[in-house]
Amino acid sequence: MMPTENRTVQFKIYRYDPDRDAKPYMQDISVELDVTDRKLLDAMVRLKVKDDSLSFRRSCREGVCGSDAMNINGKNGLACLTDMSTFPVGKPIVLRPLPGLPVIRDLVVDMTQFFKQYHSIKPYLVNNDPLPEKERLQSPEDREELNGLYECILCACCTTACPSFWWNPDKFVGPAGLLAAYRFIADTRDQATTERLDNLEDPYRLFRCHSIMNCVDVCPKNLNPTKAIGKIKEMMLQRAI
Amino acid sequence: MNYSVRKFDAVIVGAGGAGLRAAIQLSEAGMKTAVLTKVFPTRSHTVAAQGGVAASLGNSEEDHWHWHMYDTVKGSDWLGDQDAIEFMVRNANECVIELEHYGMPFDRLDNGRIYQRPFGGHMSNFGEKPVRRSCAAADRTGHAMLHAMYQRNVKVNTQFFVEWQALDLVRDEAGEVLGVTAMDMETGEIVVFHAKATIFATGGAGRIYYSSTNAFINTGDGVGMAARAGIPLEDMEFWQFHPTGVAGAGVLITEGVRGEGGILRNAQGERFMERYAPNAKDLASRDVVSRAMVTEINEGRGCGPNKDFVLLDVTHLAPETILKRLPGIHEIAIQFAGVDCLKEPIPVVPTCHYQMGGIPTNYLGQVVVPQGDQKSVPVPGFYAAGECACASVHGANRLGTNSLLDLLVFGKSAGETAVKELKTGGRSHKPLPAAAIDKTLARVDRLNNQKDGADVHETRLAMQRTMQKHAGVFRFKDMLAEGVEKILAIDAQVAQTQIKDKSKVFNTARIEALELDNLIEVAKATIVSANARTESRGAHVRDDALDVPETPNGRDDKNWLKHSLWYREGNRLDYKSVQLKPMTVDTIELKKRAY
Amino acid sequence: MKRIVVGAHYGLKDWIAQRVTAVVMAVFTIVMIAAIAGGATSSAEAWRGFMSHGAIRIATFLFAISLFYHAWIGIRDIWMDYVKPAGLRLALHVLTALALIAYTGWTLQILWRL
Repeated sequence: MMPTENRTVQFKIYRYDPDRDAKPYMQDISVELDVTDRKLLDAMVRLKVKDDSLSFRRSCREGVCGSDAMNINGKNGLACLTDMSTFPVGKPIVLRPLPGLPVIRDLVVDMTQFFKQYHSIKPYLVNNDPLPEKERLQSPEDREELNGLYECILCACCTTACPSFWWNPDKFVGPAGLLAAYRFIADTRDQATTERLDNLEDPYRLFRCHSIMNCVDVCPKNLNPTKAIGKIKEMMLQRAI
Repeated sequence: MNYSVRKFDAVIVGAGGAGLRAAIQLSEAGMKTAVLTKVFPTRSHTVAAQGGVAASLGNSEEDHWHWHMYDTVKGSDWLGDQDAIEFMVRNANECVIELEHYGMPFDRLDNGRIYQRPFGGHMSNFGEKPVRRSCAAADRTGHAMLHAMYQRNVKVNTQFFVEWQALDLVRDEAGEVLGVTAMDMETGEIVVFHAKATIFATGGAGRIYYSSTNAFINTGDGVGMAARAGIPLEDMEFWQFHPTGVAGAGVLITEGVRGEGGILRNAQGERFMERYAPNAKDLASRDVVSRAMVTEINEGRGCGPNKDFVLLDVTHLAPETILKRLPGIHEIAIQFAGVDCLKEPIPVVPTCHYQMGGIPTNYLGQVVVPQGDQKSVPVPGFYAAGECACASVHGANRLGTNSLLDLLVFGKSAGETAVKELKTGGRSHKPLPAAAIDKTLARVDRLNNQKDGADVHETRLAMQRTMQKHAGVFRFKDMLAEGVEKILAIDAQVAQTQIKDKSKVFNTARIEALELDNLIEVAKATIVSANARTESRGAHVRDDALDVPETPNGRDDKNWLKHSLWYREGNRLDYKSVQLKPMTVDTIELKKRAY
Repeated sequence: MKRIVVGAHYGLKDWIAQRVTAVVMAVFTIVMIAAIAGGATSSAEAWRGFMSHGAIRIATFLFAISLFYHAWIGIRDIWMDYVKPAGLRLALHVLTALALIAYTGWTLQILWRL
């Protein structure tokens, strides 16, 4: 239910500015919300008016750009898609940066490692046939194979919720990267399946996935990286026997 | 304050659709290119485009670029330059096919070709009946497109500078553009990107309005930088209000919903568009639909307790169609309107969406300015494409799906022109003028040392509310004049903004203050140009322009068939004529616009 | 210089092996529970008789090598995750492998001594 009057909400927020702070700390802060503030991001924008040093990324505020991923009450999610009404009343909302990545400042993490892994799977279509004058044909059924894969917004909620990634961020591709890998394997227009499977046949890169399924649990777009990873393994098996 | 200099063949500012498309061109040609972007490329606002990209592929029914051209000229209320429009529509098919080749996951027809849906204002046979021209990937076309183009850039090894805020354009005394100054957001370091070619692809400034479908980042950085560097801004009075923003939240609901059969209804449940556009109905041009909606609301037929929105109804459509073709809308309606659109209609209001004007360019992507008695002389080394540029293909009103097409065609064209000039024009790294860099340093210093200044948030809010009230869907003579005064007063405040956070590391308060410097230039250009244009045309409609035979719909072709050019220096206006002559075909003759 | 080295081009076989060995262990466990419920271990004599049955002997041996192979992959992954110096890790791998091979021999001894 939408609240009908302004209310005050308590927050506990991870703060760290390397320019000023010797070490990180949790800041207690509260803010009065307007009735129109539906989402966590609305509340955070209001917090920033109060304390302009609070740093976080945000852009589209509708869940398609993937900027405002953070750890909300212990679970990764997008601030712009998290409804204020889902929080228990009376308890402070605890905000931390995404786990498993170095913190630049406050809720802003260094995503270099995440994107390195994404880039490592060669995230582009490979097709060496001469370019046709028109579009390459693809049946609606073949196109449907890409549903649940191409919608990834690279917010990193999944990868930074994955214990295997926390442990081997430099070697395990992570759910987002593997989902992208399968997005190209599943594309009938892509011709690099063999190379893509070779690229992943590695005790770390793919096989550190132990189907913990944290990725599925946190994905704000309701995608299923574990399923995609299973399909990659299935294809490797088919190839091997 | 210290700064360092880095040299590149080309620097592209912005990594949305236009920037990425230009980058592909430069990287493929082997040019040493830096792409500066204040957010990771796939977070650029192109990602939020939903409905599709226009191209007369004719996959579902007969179509022709000439019809597309007619629709675009008519949609622009004849303010679009017909040479640029012909260039755009004739390059549409090639650009869309290229995207498919890059791997973009378009929806498909049974015969394997790209799926196309109808969209507002796109008609067959010179305005006869709606045609399926919008090439779509469900209702996530922008997302699919932006990711495909980023992926292509990964393939061709484009060098990105992610989370760098461009600050100012660097021009020498002759006016030649030599690059930009920029700040690394992570460290606060300032670097001059010294380039032989500078391409702006910084997007629009929808955030000058209080209620906008645009992202927080749409602050018109390139437009503001250009204005500060003495480049005039073209046709800034023309802002598109998208008919269907979620009431209250402002989040976009694609016109593709109406393309798939959705209907707008007022409080009485009436399909009111039948009265305003008997032929195209809900698929009339966006300005027409937005005005109809506001008229319904103003006349008391709005919905809800405050009668301040209308309803977008898709409950009569097959649930499978909605879930297959409009899955994102289904999610957005639940998330931001709190309704399941399979069962209930979505509350919508016209919401600021797109900046038709911008940095004046020609169809080659070169930035052009008046010089002597010539009105369109290219600025050496300076190019612009996408929403920040004004080619001008959208004129006084843009058709849906023409924006993604614009950024493809002109992103590519700007990149191509830059490559050509780099390869043959003998462009070199001219010496950097110290004064140009000093301006940036002074700006940043001022902000660091400002005392007793204006609050950034309050100032921005004042600007947004003023723009919303004084330069909205309908405009009024007195309100405009008053708005100009108010915005100029706010402009003085912007020059005195103060931030409490002085950290060098990822200081978003500083970035917001620097963005406000750009927003205010756009706001000034908009309201000053709008106040001066005493006619109604496309998205610019005012109360004192009457619908009489001499001025149909209030459009005054005798006096106002011309582009506005606003100069920051002296807050003055100039004008240039509309290019009515296309490249190869006959002029599409002026007539009264009706759908 | 620190370079991340990946691309060992193995992993699938282990992944399959872990699943196959798990199935073997599960089946054996069910057989054993059934046997126990049926009184196969009611006395030491009965138990010895049951275990020295040829098929049971083979099955038990299959269970043991499945367990050791399964453990090899699991323990190796733990060394890979937690032990970063390559020399020490290699030594631990070798020790684990030798121990598991020794256990296999021991299992043989026990089963066929019955």
